[in-house]
Amino acid sequence: MIDKLVPSLTAAMAGIEDGATVLVAGFGAGIPDTLLRGLLAQGARDLTLVVNAAASEEGPVSDLMAAGRVRKVVCSFVRAASTATKLHREGRLEIEMVPQGTLAERIRAGGAGIPGFYTPTAADTVLAEGRETRVIGGKLCLLEHAIEADVALVDAWEADRWGNLTHRATARNFNPVMAMAGRLTIVQTRHVVPLGTIPPQHVHTAGVFVDRVLHVPEGEAA
Amino acid sequence: MIEARDRLGIARRIAQDIPDGWFVNLGIGMPTAVSDYIPADREVIFHAENGVIGIGPAPAPEDADPYLVNAGVQPITLRTGAALVHHADSFAIARGGHLDLCVLGAFQVAETGDLANWAHGLSEPTKQIGGAMDLAVGAKRVWVAMEHGTRGGEPRLLPRCTYPLTARGVVRRIYTDLAVIDVTDAGFTVIEMVPGLDFDTLQSRTGATLRRG
Repeated sequence: MIDKLVPSLTAAMAGIEDGATVLVAGFGAGIPDTLLRGLLAQGARDLTLVVNAAASEEGPVSDLMAAGRVRKVVCSFVRAASTATKLHREGRLEIEMVPQGTLAERIRAGGAGIPGFYTPTAADTVLAEGRETRVIGGKLCLLEHAIEADVALVDAWEADRWGNLTHRATARNFNPVMAMAGRLTIVQTRHVVPLGTIPPQHVHTAGVFVDRVLHVPEGEAA
Repeated sequence: MIEARDRLGIARRIAQDIPDGWFVNLGIGMPTAVSDYIPADREVIFHAENGVIGIGPAPAPEDADPYLVNAGVQPITLRTGAALVHHADSFAIARGGHLDLCVLGAFQVAETGDLANWAHGLSEPTKQIGGAMDLAVGAKRVWVAMEHGTRGGEPRLLPRCTYPLTARGVVRRIYTDLAVIDVTDAGFTVIEMVPGLDFDTLQSRTGATLRRG
């Protein structure tokens, strides 16, 4: 029998190693906040976080960085006041800036077995300096490498024991693509439903991309 | 007296030029307000980079759903006919030429259509690329909404951008508090000035040579 439900946050986060690359989904909504707190408690160090925004001075992503557990963050957005910027100034954090669409596509490529791709995005900017470009169809394009990750932290609205997921409204964002790209994909879900409850045509993330499911009911935190 | 447009006035002016049936992405900041001014008889579909196709009006504060936000993480509603997609599909929309228009804010625009809107310099700590590089390269056309000059009186319309570029040669039209300016093969061409403004005054506040449209 396939049952991906795990009984505790500790069980959900077990085995994440030092040096891991961790995808962190979310964009205003759909942030796997309980799992991030679990990662803080779990203790893995020297992490590379791949997350759209490292723009805050508080919250679970900021807490991980402030605790000195993150070596590098790959993101599309930082602010002057954010924890990432502060640590970067102190020489304690590497920041790789990536255009948001390129970030999403690099992750998608990682999950889809596509090692790299060319895109016009950023090809004529400082982000392309020292990197491979070529003209395709008359357009200058930049080679981008897929992002393959050891771990993906994902948020869902509903999940069944096979790991089939739905995501509510704009809480979908990076969640389905990051689920594809993690070698170990861990999900926190608001609701656990019996297998077969989610109509097949309404599954947003197929269970084959998911390894572990933790039930985090509304109002409950780690 | 020069009747300069305020930020909402710029948004209202842009809305007049968006025809029925277009699929449009609005950047964070001044552009976001454009959707409030689309005439009721036009059906325009607004895209948000976090996967929304068909943004509706802003909800009353008590009706805000934390699961439903725009690219600026402000609460939104969905209009009838809306669709939701994940981030890679949302950027396939942005990068794949599916948007008729993207309206972006800018720090600087060059007479060649170069756009600078993500950093004042590479050493500056604030770096906000977000989806701008994808949208600027991928949309069928890019319009810019911005103040004509900086608060310190420095021009933002220049022969060449001094800030790091978002994309090269992509801006087609600029809406400022003072004018509407097309970017053509010949450079900046003024197609409209606010009441009370004369061409020489506009030229004096612009860092590149203007042509009369």
